[in-house]
Amino acid sequence: MADKTAMRSLLLHVAVIGVLLALNFVLPEYHRGVFSRILVLAVFAMGYNLLFGYCGLLSLGHAMFFAAGLYGAGLTVYHLDWGVAAGFAAGIMAGATLALAIGLLALRTTGVAFMIVTLMFSQVFYLTTLYFTTWTRGEEGLVLRQDVRQLGLGGVSLDLSDPATRYFVALALFAVVLFATLAIARAPLGRVLVAIRENEERTRMLGYDVFANKLAAVVLSGLFCAAAGAAYALLFGYVGSSFAAIQYSILPLLWVLLGGAATTLGPLVGTLFMFYVIDIASGFTSAYMLVVGVALIVLVLFFPRGIVGAIRERWLPWLP
Amino acid sequence: MAAVKPLLAVRDVHKSFDGLTAVDGVDFDLPAGEIRAIIGPNGAGKTTFVNLVCGRVMPDSGQVLFAGEDITHLPAHARVRRGIAYTFQITSVFTQLSVYDNVALSVQRTLIDHKERGESRFSAADLRRGVDHALERVGLSDRSAMPAGELAYGHQRLLELAMGLALKPRLLILDEPTQGLSDSEIEGFGVLVREIAADATVLLIEHNMPVVMALAHRITVMDQGRVLAEGSPDEIRANADVQHAYLGVSGDA
Ligand SMILES: Nc1ncnc2c1ncn2[C@@H]1O[C@H](COP(=O)(O)OP(=O)(O)O)[C@@H](O)[C@H]1O
Ligand SMILES: [Mg+2]
Repeated sequence: MADKTAMRSLLLHVAVIGVLLALNFVLPEYHRGVFSRILVLAVFAMGYNLLFGYCGLLSLGHAMFFAAGLYGAGLTVYHLDWGVAAGFAAGIMAGATLALAIGLLALRTTGVAFMIVTLMFSQVFYLTTLYFTTWTRGEEGLVLRQDVRQLGLGGVSLDLSDPATRYFVALALFAVVLFATLAIARAPLGRVLVAIRENEERTRMLGYDVFANKLAAVVLSGLFCAAAGAAYALLFGYVGSSFAAIQYSILPLLWVLLGGAATTLGPLVGTLFMFYVIDIASGFTSAYMLVVGVALIVLVLFFPRGIVGAIRERWLPWLP
Repeated sequence: MAAVKPLLAVRDVHKSFDGLTAVDGVDFDLPAGEIRAIIGPNGAGKTTFVNLVCGRVMPDSGQVLFAGEDITHLPAHARVRRGIAYTFQITSVFTQLSVYDNVALSVQRTLIDHKERGESRFSAADLRRGVDHALERVGLSDRSAMPAGELAYGHQRLLELAMGLALKPRLLILDEPTQGLSDSEIEGFGVLVREIAADATVLLIEHNMPVVMALAHRITVMDQGRVLAEGSPDEIRANADVQHAYLGVSGDA
């Protein structure tokens, strides 16, 4: 029984990747660009989901991890002439290291205090990016030229500014993080994170070091978010401090809530949904944020567990 | 008792909460293999005492030795890994998780520990086998897919017990396990505790005197944070101090 469920969910995830792959060939140019962006931002959402959805820790500072990846990759490529692969690695390392440090400090608090502490650290990060304007050019940001966004892969050079290549690279990253999330959710670690979310004291009395497990969740979450940030810098060639602003701490929370917290596919669905609601609404009215607000309220009222969460609850209990 | 080293030895532990003394200088020895009951009126300090043993509460002074080692300063989760399992006085299963996942958390704990001791990695099949075995022992096999919160109260207590025994503890601490159970459930519970005691030491806080008298090898009586008496069930029954402090007023307990 358990094997069948595992096989079914694996097939579903493979199918999702297959559909996304096929979309590259059928989507009009504009939507292909949108989808590339959504795939990268969905990775950000998946990173957020690991901490918020599975472990139950609500951070209001995840922009700093996304931005750590963005700047880790952007600054090394722009100022130090690092290659794309090295820049990407630098971004991930920056995010994971920052997450470790933040985790060690912020995990001394819980609940509202944790939200405030993460928010404060993220604001510090944001202000830092503005302070070192010489290097970051602040809000205006840095533009990575096309000629530095070339990924050498076994003799061939991939141009990351090419729409198709960009789509494939974004999808590859998305697939890796999606299957990593699925693996974590099914692994002992995933079960412990959920247990911590449900009842910390009981988890401790089953022999689990709650702090260490939460720290692992923060670091993995930071790492995924940084991977998204680094990919964003390299694929779209823009590195600006607006990505470190509070808006980018709130967005992943909304995406995850909309799509379904603690579901593997919820982050993608939520990101996709919100992107297109904004896109469509802004085509009709200049008060599109009002439409978005109403859409959010309706969703939260009728689908408190998010879109994928509601599907799991009503029809497909085996959804991971 | 001097000849055999006790599994658990507690030396002069004290604990007060904001000036209120909950445990006031308790010495306690528990030999391996025993079923020991702790009885005493409400507020006697029984829960606080076992919390000092399992590490949920740290003592103001005194020492806790487990299997000859000083564990006074070990955090609770590390004590669980050394073999001290605790089941909560207030049922505290993971209500949103399935019965299976509740027990899997215990089983994977022991499997991870085995791995870290250099044994082979464990598979999903090992985990399933361990969970099935624990659920079978408490008779919840047919409910493994249910969310734990949907179980009847008596079954939640059994699940709590399954989580405890799936940790394969050397010392299993049960805090008022029969509270709120029906007579037939209590009977089944007694049988189960005796089975568990075949390979673990059991420390049991219990108000139900017939259960205590039937199960315990020895009984420790606590009152006002101190040990008032200790002895076999017959000795405790005959003890005048105990009658006065506890049994005399136990008509409602
Ligand atoms: N966490 C705590 N904070 C404050 N007082 C406590 C706490 N835990 C127990 N106490 C107090 O310590 C005394 C002993 O309580 P407890 O150990 O729960 O007794 P028992 O389990 O024998 O009923 C009581 O007076 C209780 O109110
Ligand atoms: Mg008590």
